[in-house]
Amino acid sequence: MQTAPAQQLIDHLFRHEAGKMIAVLTRIFGMHNIEMAEDVVQEAFLKAIHAWKFEIPANPAAWLMQTARNKAIDIVRRQQHYNQYSKEVAAQLRAETEHTIEQFFSDEEINDSQLRMIFTCCHPALKQEDRIALTLKTVSGFGVAEIARALVTNDAAIQKRLYRAKQFIKEHDIQFEIPAGQELMHRLDTVYTILYLLFNEGYNSIKADELIRRDLCGEAMRLANILSQNKAGKQPATYALLSLMCLQASRFDSRLDEENSIILLQHQDRNKWNRELIKLGYLFLNKSSKGNYLSVYHIESAIAAEHCLAASFSDTNWKRMLELYDLLLTMKATPVVALNRAVILSQSGETKRAIDEVLAIENIEALLESQHIYSAVLGDLFLTLRNYEQAKKYLSLSLHLTPSEPEKKLLNDKLKTIPGAIT
Amino acid sequence: MKDFMLIFINGEGSKDFSPEQMQANMQEWFGWVNDLKNKGIYVGGEALLPAGKTVKGKDAVITDGPFAESKEVVGGYFIVKAADIDEASEIAKASPDLPYGGAVQVREVMKF
Repeated sequence: MQTAPAQQLIDHLFRHEAGKMIAVLTRIFGMHNIEMAEDVVQEAFLKAIHAWKFEIPANPAAWLMQTARNKAIDIVRRQQHYNQYSKEVAAQLRAETEHTIEQFFSDEEINDSQLRMIFTCCHPALKQEDRIALTLKTVSGFGVAEIARALVTNDAAIQKRLYRAKQFIKEHDIQFEIPAGQELMHRLDTVYTILYLLFNEGYNSIKADELIRRDLCGEAMRLANILSQNKAGKQPATYALLSLMCLQASRFDSRLDEENSIILLQHQDRNKWNRELIKLGYLFLNKSSKGNYLSVYHIESAIAAEHCLAASFSDTNWKRMLELYDLLLTMKATPVVALNRAVILSQSGETKRAIDEVLAIENIEALLESQHIYSAVLGDLFLTLRNYEQAKKYLSLSLHLTPSEPEKKLLNDKLKTIPGAIT
Repeated sequence: MKDFMLIFINGEGSKDFSPEQMQANMQEWFGWVNDLKNKGIYVGGEALLPAGKTVKGKDAVITDGPFAESKEVVGGYFIVKAADIDEASEIAKASPDLPYGGAVQVREVMKF
Protein backbone atom coordinates (compact mmCIF):
# COMPACT_ATOMS: atom_id res chain seq x y z
CA MET A 1 0.00 0.00 0.00
CA GLN A 2 1.17 3.48 -0.83
CA THR A 3 2.13 5.63 2.12
CA ALA A 4 0.54 9.07 2.10
CA PRO A 5 3.03 11.84 2.74
CA ALA A 6 2.47 13.32 6.18
CA GLN A 7 1.19 16.86 5.99
CA GLN A 8 3.68 19.33 7.33
CA LEU A 9 3.63 22.98 8.20
CA ILE A 10 6.78 25.05 7.85
CA ASP A 11 8.63 25.21 11.18
CA HIS A 12 7.37 28.06 13.35
CA LEU A 13 4.79 29.05 10.71
CA PHE A 14 2.22 30.01 13.36
CA ARG A 15 4.74 32.02 15.35
CA HIS A 16 5.93 33.97 12.35
CA GLU A 17 2.45 34.58 11.03
CA ALA A 18 1.32 35.69 14.49
CA GLY A 19 3.99 38.40 14.42
CA LYS A 20 2.89 39.59 11.00
CA MET A 21 -0.81 39.54 11.82
CA ILE A 22 -0.42 41.38 15.12
CA ALA A 23 1.67 44.04 13.41
CA VAL A 24 -0.82 44.65 10.61
CA LEU A 25 -3.84 44.59 12.92
CA THR A 26 -2.18 46.94 15.40
CA ARG A 27 -1.53 49.33 12.55
CA ILE A 28 -5.24 49.21 11.72
CA PHE A 29 -6.68 49.28 15.24
CA GLY A 30 -4.04 51.54 16.79
CA MET A 31 -1.40 50.77 19.40
CA HIS A 32 -3.91 51.47 22.17
CA ASN A 33 -5.93 48.53 20.89
CA ILE A 34 -3.07 46.04 20.72
CA GLU A 35 -5.00 43.57 22.89
CA MET A 36 -7.79 43.60 20.34
CA ALA A 37 -5.23 42.72 17.65
CA GLU A 38 -3.92 39.88 19.82
CA ASP A 39 -7.45 38.56 20.33
CA VAL A 40 -8.18 38.56 16.61
CA VAL A 41 -4.97 36.63 15.98
CA GLN A 42 -5.79 34.08 18.66
CA GLU A 43 -9.25 33.66 17.17
CA ALA A 44 -7.80 33.11 13.71
CA PHE A 45 -5.47 30.42 15.04
CA LEU A 46 -8.27 28.65 16.88
CA LYS A 47 -10.29 28.68 13.68
CA ALA A 48 -7.30 27.28 11.82
CA ILE A 49 -6.58 24.40 14.17
CA HIS A 50 -10.25 23.57 14.06
CA ALA A 51 -10.63 23.60 10.29
CA TRP A 52 -7.23 22.31 9.23
CA LYS A 53 -7.62 19.08 11.11
CA PHE A 54 -9.98 17.99 8.39
CA GLU A 55 -8.44 19.73 5.42
CA ILE A 56 -5.29 21.78 5.26
CA PRO A 57 -5.52 24.80 2.92
CA ALA A 58 -3.23 25.06 -0.09
CA ASN A 59 -1.55 28.15 1.31
CA PRO A 60 -1.79 28.07 5.12
CA ALA A 61 -0.05 31.42 5.65
CA ALA A 62 -2.38 33.18 3.20
CA TRP A 63 -5.39 31.51 4.84
CA LEU A 64 -4.42 32.93 8.22
CA MET A 65 -3.80 36.42 6.86
CA GLN A 66 -7.12 36.33 4.99
CA THR A 67 -8.93 35.36 8.17
CA ALA A 68 -7.30 38.25 10.01
CA ARG A 69 -8.19 40.62 7.20
CA ASN A 70 -11.85 39.59 7.17
CA LYS A 71 -12.07 39.94 10.91
CA ALA A 72 -10.48 43.39 10.77
CA ILE A 73 -13.01 44.53 8.16
CA ASP A 74 -15.82 43.13 10.34
CA ILE A 75 -14.61 44.98 13.40
CA VAL A 76 -14.12 48.32 11.66
CA ARG A 77 -17.52 48.03 9.94
CA ARG A 78 -19.19 47.24 13.21
CA GLN A 79 -17.99 50.58 14.57
CA GLN A 80 -19.61 52.45 11.69
CA HIS A 81 -23.25 53.39 11.74
CA TYR A 82 -24.10 52.88 8.09
CA ASN A 83 -27.79 52.54 8.77
CA GLN A 84 -28.24 56.21 9.49
CA TYR A 85 -27.39 57.05 5.87
CA SER A 86 -29.03 56.24 2.59
CA LYS A 87 -28.52 52.78 1.17
CA GLU A 88 -26.41 54.21 -1.60
CA VAL A 89 -23.97 56.00 0.71
CA ALA A 90 -23.88 53.09 3.13
CA ALA A 91 -22.85 50.74 0.32
CA GLN A 92 -20.09 53.11 -0.74
CA LEU A 93 -18.84 53.52 2.81
CA ARG A 94 -18.74 49.77 3.24
CA ALA A 95 -16.73 49.36 0.08
CA GLU A 96 -14.36 52.11 1.14
CA THR A 97 -13.81 50.49 4.52
CA GLU A 98 -12.87 47.28 2.83
CA HIS A 99 -10.52 49.08 0.47
CA THR A 100 -8.87 51.02 3.33
CA ILE A 101 -8.20 47.85 5.32
CA GLU A 102 -7.20 45.83 2.28
CA GLN A 103 -4.23 48.03 1.41
CA PHE A 104 -2.43 47.16 4.64
CA PHE A 105 -2.23 43.52 3.58
CA SER A 106 0.25 43.78 0.73
CA ASP A 107 3.63 42.13 1.36
CA GLU A 108 5.34 45.50 1.44
CA GLU A 109 2.90 46.97 3.93
CA ILE A 110 3.09 43.87 6.11
CA ASN A 111 6.86 44.23 6.27
CA ASP A 112 6.44 47.92 7.02
CA SER A 113 4.01 47.17 9.85
CA GLN A 114 6.37 44.61 11.30
CA LEU A 115 9.16 47.14 11.30
CA ARG A 116 6.90 49.65 13.07
CA MET A 117 6.17 47.00 15.66
CA ILE A 118 9.86 46.29 16.17
CA PHE A 119 10.56 50.00 16.65
CA THR A 120 7.69 50.35 19.09
CA CYS A 121 8.67 47.30 21.15
CA CYS A 122 12.31 48.46 21.26
CA HIS A 123 11.40 52.04 22.18
CA PRO A 124 14.24 53.53 24.25
CA ALA A 125 11.83 54.87 26.88
CA LEU A 126 10.89 51.31 27.87
CA LYS A 127 12.93 49.30 30.33
CA GLN A 128 15.31 46.94 28.59
CA GLU A 129 13.83 43.79 30.10
CA ASP A 130 10.36 44.96 29.09
CA ARG A 131 11.52 45.58 25.54
CA ILE A 132 12.84 42.05 25.23
CA ALA A 133 9.66 40.47 26.59
CA LEU A 134 7.39 42.63 24.44
CA THR A 135 9.42 41.96 21.30
CA LEU A 136 9.26 38.21 21.86
CA LYS A 137 5.53 38.35 22.53
CA THR A 138 4.30 40.70 19.80
CA VAL A 139 6.92 40.51 17.08
CA SER A 140 7.99 36.92 17.48
CA GLY A 141 4.72 35.29 18.53
CA PHE A 142 6.17 33.59 21.63
CA GLY A 143 3.77 32.60 24.40
CA VAL A 144 4.30 33.83 27.95
CA ALA A 145 5.56 30.45 29.14
CA GLU A 146 7.97 30.24 26.22
CA ILE A 147 9.39 33.69 26.98
CA ALA A 148 9.79 32.72 30.62
CA ARG A 149 11.61 29.54 29.61
CA ALA A 150 13.88 31.42 27.21
CA LEU A 151 14.76 34.11 29.73
CA VAL A 152 14.93 31.65 32.63
CA THR A 153 12.30 33.33 34.77
CA ASN A 154 8.66 32.64 35.67
CA ASP A 155 5.38 33.37 33.90
CA ALA A 156 4.30 35.98 36.43
CA ALA A 157 7.46 38.01 35.88
CA ILE A 158 6.89 38.01 32.14
CA GLN A 159 3.20 38.92 32.52
CA LYS A 160 4.27 41.85 34.64
CA ARG A 161 6.81 43.06 32.10
CA LEU A 162 4.32 42.80 29.25
CA TYR A 163 1.65 44.64 31.19
CA ARG A 164 4.06 47.37 32.25
CA ALA A 165 5.35 47.84 28.70
CA LYS A 166 1.89 48.04 27.16
CA GLN A 167 0.68 50.48 29.81
CA PHE A 168 3.71 52.67 29.25
CA ILE A 169 3.13 52.73 25.51
CA LYS A 170 -0.51 53.70 25.97
CA GLU A 171 0.09 56.31 28.65
CA HIS A 172 2.90 57.96 26.75
CA ASP A 173 1.12 57.71 23.45
CA ILE A 174 4.12 56.10 21.78
CA GLN A 175 3.53 56.17 18.05
CA PHE A 176 3.41 53.08 15.89
CA GLU A 177 5.82 54.39 13.29
CA ILE A 178 9.18 54.14 11.61
CA PRO A 179 11.25 57.12 12.70
CA ALA A 180 12.85 59.30 10.02
CA GLY A 181 16.09 61.24 9.59
CA GLN A 182 18.54 61.51 12.48
CA GLU A 183 16.07 59.83 14.81
CA LEU A 184 16.08 56.70 12.62
CA MET A 185 19.76 55.92 13.22
CA HIS A 186 19.41 56.52 16.92
CA ARG A 187 16.36 54.28 17.14
CA LEU A 188 17.93 51.62 14.97
CA ASP A 189 20.73 51.43 17.51
CA THR A 190 18.26 50.53 20.24
CA VAL A 191 16.75 47.90 17.96
CA TYR A 192 20.18 46.39 17.28
CA THR A 193 20.85 46.26 21.00
CA ILE A 194 17.68 44.28 21.65
CA LEU A 195 18.22 41.91 18.73
CA TYR A 196 21.79 41.27 19.80
CA LEU A 197 20.70 40.70 23.39
CA LEU A 198 18.13 38.17 22.16
CA PHE A 199 20.77 36.43 20.13
CA ASN A 200 23.24 36.33 23.00
CA GLU A 201 20.58 35.11 25.37
CA GLY A 202 20.22 32.14 23.06
CA TYR A 203 23.89 31.69 22.33
CA ASN A 204 25.33 32.14 25.78
CA SER A 205 22.62 31.40 28.31
CA ILE A 206 23.91 28.52 30.37
CA LYS A 207 20.60 27.82 32.02
CA ALA A 208 18.00 27.67 29.25
CA ASP A 209 17.50 24.41 27.40
CA GLU A 210 19.07 23.82 24.02
CA LEU A 211 15.87 23.89 21.99
CA ILE A 212 14.65 27.26 23.19
CA ARG A 213 18.16 28.69 22.84
CA ARG A 214 18.22 27.68 19.20
CA ASP A 215 14.81 29.32 18.78
CA LEU A 216 16.07 32.55 20.29
CA CYS A 217 19.11 32.75 18.03
CA GLY A 218 17.00 31.91 14.99
CA GLU A 219 14.44 34.51 15.97
CA ALA A 220 17.02 37.27 16.45
CA MET A 221 18.41 36.46 12.99
CA ARG A 222 14.95 36.44 11.46
CA LEU A 223 14.15 39.87 12.89
CA ALA A 224 17.48 41.29 11.69
CA ASN A 225 16.61 39.88 8.30
CA ILE A 226 13.22 41.62 8.36
CA LEU A 227 15.05 44.87 9.14
CA SER A 228 17.37 44.35 6.20
CA GLN A 229 14.44 43.92 3.84
CA ASN A 230 12.96 47.32 4.54
CA LYS A 231 14.27 50.49 3.00
CA ALA A 232 14.53 52.24 6.37
CA GLY A 233 16.15 49.25 8.02
CA LYS A 234 18.51 48.41 5.17
CA GLN A 235 21.56 50.11 6.77
CA PRO A 236 25.20 49.01 6.70
CA ALA A 237 25.07 48.39 10.46
CA THR A 238 22.04 46.10 9.98
CA TYR A 239 24.10 43.96 7.62
CA ALA A 240 27.01 44.02 10.05
CA LEU A 241 24.74 42.73 12.82
CA LEU A 242 23.31 40.05 10.53
CA SER A 243 26.82 39.04 9.54
CA LEU A 244 27.92 38.81 13.16
CA MET A 245 24.93 36.62 14.03
CA CYS A 246 25.53 34.28 11.07
CA LEU A 247 29.22 33.88 11.87
CA GLN A 248 28.54 33.23 15.56
CA ALA A 249 25.68 30.86 14.79
CA SER A 250 27.92 28.86 12.46
CA ARG A 251 29.67 27.57 15.58
CA PHE A 252 26.46 26.69 17.41
CA ASP A 253 26.82 22.93 16.92
CA SER A 254 30.51 22.73 17.75
CA ARG A 255 30.46 24.61 21.01
CA LEU A 256 29.14 21.70 23.12
CA ASP A 257 30.25 18.07 23.17
CA GLU A 258 28.08 14.95 23.53
CA GLU A 259 28.00 15.41 27.28
CA ASN A 260 26.95 19.03 26.91
CA SER A 261 30.34 20.27 28.01
CA ILE A 262 31.54 23.58 26.62
CA ILE A 263 34.24 23.24 24.00
CA LEU A 264 36.55 26.25 23.88
CA LEU A 265 37.23 27.83 20.52
CA GLN A 266 40.76 26.38 20.40
CA HIS A 267 39.44 22.85 20.82
CA GLN A 268 36.45 23.04 18.51
CA ASP A 269 36.28 20.81 15.45
CA ARG A 270 36.27 23.45 12.73
CA ASN A 271 34.80 20.96 10.27
CA LYS A 272 31.60 21.15 12.29
CA TRP A 273 31.26 24.85 11.67
CA ASN A 274 28.31 25.54 9.42
CA ARG A 275 29.77 26.55 6.04
CA GLU A 276 26.47 27.88 4.73
CA LEU A 277 26.16 30.32 7.62
CA ILE A 278 29.79 31.37 7.28
CA LYS A 279 29.19 32.09 3.60
CA LEU A 280 26.13 34.13 4.47
CA GLY A 281 28.14 35.92 7.15
CA TYR A 282 30.78 36.96 4.63
CA LEU A 283 28.09 38.05 2.19
CA PHE A 284 26.44 40.31 4.77
CA LEU A 285 29.83 41.58 5.95
CA ASN A 286 30.49 42.64 2.38
CA LYS A 287 27.16 44.42 2.19
CA SER A 288 27.92 46.20 5.46
CA SER A 289 31.04 47.91 4.15
CA LYS A 290 29.28 50.95 2.78
CA GLY A 291 28.91 54.43 4.15
CA ASN A 292 31.15 55.96 6.78
CA TYR A 293 29.53 54.80 9.98
CA LEU A 294 31.54 52.06 11.63
CA SER A 295 29.35 50.30 14.20
CA VAL A 296 30.52 47.96 16.94
CA TYR A 297 28.81 45.21 14.94
CA HIS A 298 31.17 45.88 12.04
CA ILE A 299 34.14 45.25 14.28
CA GLU A 300 32.68 42.32 16.15
CA SER A 301 31.71 40.75 12.86
CA ALA A 302 35.22 41.28 11.52
CA ILE A 303 36.55 39.54 14.63
CA ALA A 304 34.19 36.62 14.14
CA ALA A 305 35.20 36.47 10.46
CA GLU A 306 38.89 36.27 11.43
CA HIS A 307 38.12 33.18 13.49
CA CYS A 308 36.27 31.60 10.59
CA LEU A 309 39.08 32.41 8.19
CA ALA A 310 41.73 30.65 10.26
CA ALA A 311 42.20 26.98 9.38
CA SER A 312 43.05 26.22 13.00
CA PHE A 313 43.18 28.11 16.26
CA SER A 314 46.96 28.49 16.08
CA ASP A 315 46.63 29.86 12.55
CA THR A 316 44.57 32.79 13.79
CA ASN A 317 45.96 36.13 12.72
CA TRP A 318 46.55 37.42 16.25
CA LYS A 319 48.11 40.68 15.12
CA ARG A 320 45.01 41.59 13.11
CA MET A 321 42.83 40.35 15.94
CA LEU A 322 44.58 42.63 18.42
CA GLU A 323 44.08 45.61 16.11
CA LEU A 324 40.38 44.84 15.90
CA TYR A 325 40.10 44.50 19.67
CA ASP A 326 41.98 47.77 20.19
CA LEU A 327 39.45 49.43 17.92
CA LEU A 328 36.53 47.72 19.62
CA LEU A 329 37.76 48.84 23.01
CA THR A 330 37.68 52.49 21.92
CA MET A 331 34.00 52.12 20.93
CA LYS A 332 32.82 49.70 23.57
CA ALA A 333 35.01 50.05 26.64
CA THR A 334 33.33 47.31 28.63
CA PRO A 335 35.07 44.91 31.02
CA VAL A 336 34.14 41.96 28.79
CA VAL A 337 35.84 43.48 25.75
CA ALA A 338 38.93 44.25 27.84
CA LEU A 339 38.90 40.67 29.11
CA ASN A 340 38.66 39.24 25.58
CA ARG A 341 41.41 41.55 24.43
CA ALA A 342 43.64 40.20 27.19
CA VAL A 343 43.10 36.67 25.87
CA ILE A 344 44.27 37.85 22.42
CA LEU A 345 47.31 39.52 24.02
CA SER A 346 48.21 36.25 25.67
CA GLN A 347 47.82 34.39 22.38
CA SER A 348 50.19 36.91 20.84
CA GLY A 349 52.76 35.86 23.43
CA GLU A 350 52.20 38.66 25.90
CA THR A 351 50.62 36.79 28.77
CA LYS A 352 52.28 38.90 31.46
CA ARG A 353 50.87 42.07 29.95
CA ALA A 354 47.51 40.35 29.55
CA ILE A 355 47.37 39.65 33.27
CA ASP A 356 48.30 43.25 34.08
CA GLU A 357 45.53 44.50 31.83
CA VAL A 358 42.93 42.19 33.35
CA LEU A 359 43.93 43.37 36.80
CA ALA A 360 43.69 46.96 35.58
CA ILE A 361 40.01 46.59 34.59
CA GLU A 362 37.89 48.98 36.61
CA ASN A 363 36.29 47.32 39.61
CA ILE A 364 38.07 44.07 38.82
CA GLU A 365 37.98 42.88 42.46
CA ALA A 366 34.20 42.98 42.47
CA LEU A 367 33.99 41.36 39.02
CA LEU A 368 36.33 38.55 40.04
CA GLU A 369 34.21 37.86 43.09
CA SER A 370 30.88 37.91 41.26
CA GLN A 371 31.31 36.69 37.66
CA HIS A 372 33.01 33.40 36.99
CA ILE A 373 34.30 34.35 33.54
CA TYR A 374 36.83 36.88 34.92
CA SER A 375 38.41 34.48 37.38
CA ALA A 376 38.34 31.71 34.76
CA VAL A 377 40.31 33.79 32.26
CA LEU A 378 42.71 35.09 34.89
CA GLY A 379 43.31 31.59 36.20
CA ASP A 380 43.93 30.42 32.67
CA LEU A 381 46.48 33.18 32.05
CA PHE A 382 48.35 32.27 35.23
CA LEU A 383 48.25 28.64 34.14
CA THR A 384 49.92 29.63 30.86
CA LEU A 385 52.69 31.27 32.88
CA ARG A 386 52.87 28.17 35.09
CA ASN A 387 52.14 30.31 38.10
CA TYR A 388 50.26 27.39 39.64
CA GLU A 389 49.48 29.02 42.95
CA GLN A 390 47.65 31.96 41.38
CA ALA A 391 46.13 29.73 38.69
CA LYS A 392 44.66 27.45 41.34
CA LYS A 393 43.36 30.39 43.31
CA TYR A 394 41.40 31.91 40.42
CA LEU A 395 40.26 28.69 38.78
CA SER A 396 38.88 27.51 42.13
CA LEU A 397 37.14 30.83 42.60
CA SER A 398 35.56 30.50 39.16
CA LEU A 399 34.52 26.93 39.93
CA HIS A 400 32.79 28.20 43.02
CA LEU A 401 30.94 30.93 41.08
CA THR A 402 29.69 29.20 37.93
CA PRO A 403 26.24 27.62 37.99
CA SER A 404 26.97 25.70 34.79
CA GLU A 405 27.84 22.02 34.96
CA PRO A 406 29.79 21.99 31.68
CA GLU A 407 31.91 24.88 32.89
CA LYS A 408 32.49 23.21 36.22
CA LYS A 409 33.77 20.18 34.38
CA LEU A 410 36.03 22.33 32.24
CA LEU A 411 37.47 24.13 35.27
CA ASN A 412 37.98 20.88 37.15
CA ASP A 413 39.86 19.45 34.18
CA LYS A 414 42.14 22.47 34.21
CA LEU A 415 42.70 22.27 37.95
CA LYS A 416 43.72 18.65 37.52
CA THR A 417 46.56 19.68 35.19
CA ILE A 418 48.16 21.64 38.02
CA PRO A 419 51.05 19.56 39.38
CA GLY A 420 50.35 18.15 42.82
CA ALA A 421 46.76 19.33 42.70
CA ILE A 422 44.10 17.55 44.69
CA THR A 423 40.75 18.62 43.39
CA MET B 1 -15.06 -4.25 8.82
CA LYS B 2 -17.75 -1.73 9.70
CA ASP B 3 -17.89 2.04 9.46
CA PHE B 4 -17.75 4.09 12.60
CA MET B 5 -18.24 7.79 13.05
CA LEU B 6 -15.87 9.56 15.42
CA ILE B 7 -17.56 12.77 16.49
CA PHE B 8 -15.17 15.34 17.92
CA ILE B 9 -16.35 17.61 20.68
CA ASN B 10 -14.06 20.58 21.13
CA GLY B 11 -12.42 21.18 24.43
CA GLU B 12 -11.48 24.52 25.84
CA GLY B 13 -7.93 23.54 26.53
CA SER B 14 -6.42 24.98 23.39
CA LYS B 15 -7.89 28.43 23.98
CA ASP B 16 -4.78 29.82 25.61
CA PHE B 17 -2.25 27.98 23.49
CA SER B 18 0.70 29.91 22.14
CA PRO B 19 1.11 29.86 18.36
CA GLU B 20 3.88 27.28 18.72
CA GLN B 21 1.67 25.01 20.84
CA MET B 22 -1.17 25.34 18.34
CA GLN B 23 1.17 24.32 15.57
CA ALA B 24 2.40 21.36 17.58
CA ASN B 25 -1.22 20.27 18.16
CA MET B 26 -1.93 20.67 14.45
CA GLN B 27 1.10 18.57 13.59
CA GLU B 28 -0.07 15.83 15.96
CA TRP B 29 -3.38 15.70 14.12
CA PHE B 30 -1.70 15.46 10.75
CA GLY B 31 0.39 12.61 12.10
CA TRP B 32 -2.65 10.83 13.46
CA VAL B 33 -4.72 11.18 10.29
CA ASN B 34 -1.74 10.09 8.26
CA ASP B 35 -1.36 7.04 10.44
CA LEU B 36 -5.04 6.13 9.96
CA LYS B 37 -4.73 6.62 6.20
CA ASN B 38 -1.66 4.41 6.03
CA LYS B 39 -3.53 1.69 7.86
CA GLY B 40 -6.28 2.04 5.26
CA ILE B 41 -8.97 2.65 7.85
CA TYR B 42 -9.62 6.35 7.28
CA VAL B 43 -12.68 6.79 5.09
CA GLY B 44 -13.20 10.55 5.32
CA GLY B 45 -13.98 13.48 7.55
CA GLU B 46 -15.28 17.00 7.63
CA ALA B 47 -15.17 20.04 9.89
CA LEU B 48 -18.22 21.97 10.99
CA LEU B 49 -18.30 25.71 11.41
CA PRO B 50 -18.85 26.50 15.08
CA ALA B 51 -21.80 28.85 14.66
CA GLY B 52 -25.18 27.49 13.64
CA LYS B 53 -28.93 27.42 14.20
CA THR B 54 -31.26 25.00 15.88
CA VAL B 55 -34.71 24.28 14.52
CA LYS B 56 -37.06 22.77 17.07
CA GLY B 57 -40.67 21.85 17.80
CA LYS B 58 -43.85 21.57 15.79
CA ASP B 59 -43.69 25.28 14.99
CA ALA B 60 -40.15 24.82 13.68
CA VAL B 61 -38.77 27.63 15.81
CA ILE B 62 -35.34 28.66 14.67
CA THR B 63 -32.90 29.71 17.38
CA ASP B 64 -29.25 30.70 17.31
CA GLY B 65 -26.71 28.23 18.52
CA PRO B 66 -24.76 26.15 19.16
CA PHE B 67 -22.32 28.97 19.72
CA ALA B 68 -18.62 29.09 19.06
CA GLU B 69 -18.03 29.70 22.75
CA SER B 70 -19.79 26.52 23.81
CA LYS B 71 -17.57 23.80 25.18
CA GLU B 72 -19.90 21.13 23.89
CA VAL B 73 -19.85 22.14 20.27
CA VAL B 74 -19.24 19.42 17.69
CA GLY B 75 -16.15 20.31 15.72
CA GLY B 76 -16.27 17.68 13.04
CA TYR B 77 -16.26 13.99 12.33
CA PHE B 78 -14.21 11.17 10.86
CA ILE B 79 -15.48 7.96 9.34
CA VAL B 80 -13.10 5.10 10.11
CA LYS B 81 -13.16 1.36 9.53
CA ALA B 82 -12.99 -1.01 12.49
CA ALA B 83 -14.04 -4.56 13.34
CA ASP B 84 -16.26 -3.52 16.24
CA ILE B 85 -17.07 -0.66 18.62
CA ASP B 86 -14.20 -1.58 20.94
CA GLU B 87 -11.68 -1.38 18.17
CA ALA B 88 -13.17 1.93 17.01
CA SER B 89 -12.93 3.27 20.58
CA GLU B 90 -9.28 2.26 20.69
CA ILE B 91 -8.72 4.30 17.54
CA ALA B 92 -10.44 7.28 19.16
CA LYS B 93 -8.12 7.03 22.15
CA ALA B 94 -5.30 8.41 20.05
CA SER B 95 -7.13 11.69 19.39
CA PRO B 96 -4.59 14.43 20.07
CA ASP B 97 -7.19 16.68 21.69
CA LEU B 98 -8.06 14.41 24.61
CA PRO B 99 -5.40 15.95 26.87
CA TYR B 100 -6.87 19.41 26.23
CA GLY B 101 -10.42 18.72 27.31
CA GLY B 102 -11.71 17.38 23.99
CA ALA B 103 -13.99 14.34 23.74
CA VAL B 104 -14.79 11.84 21.02
CA GLN B 105 -18.14 10.12 20.56
CA VAL B 106 -17.85 6.76 18.82
CA ARG B 107 -20.92 5.61 16.90
CA GLU B 108 -21.43 2.78 14.47
CA VAL B 109 -22.90 3.77 11.11
CA MET B 110 -26.06 1.78 10.54
CA LYS B 111 -26.23 -0.29 7.38
CA PHE B 112 -29.57 -1.25 5.87
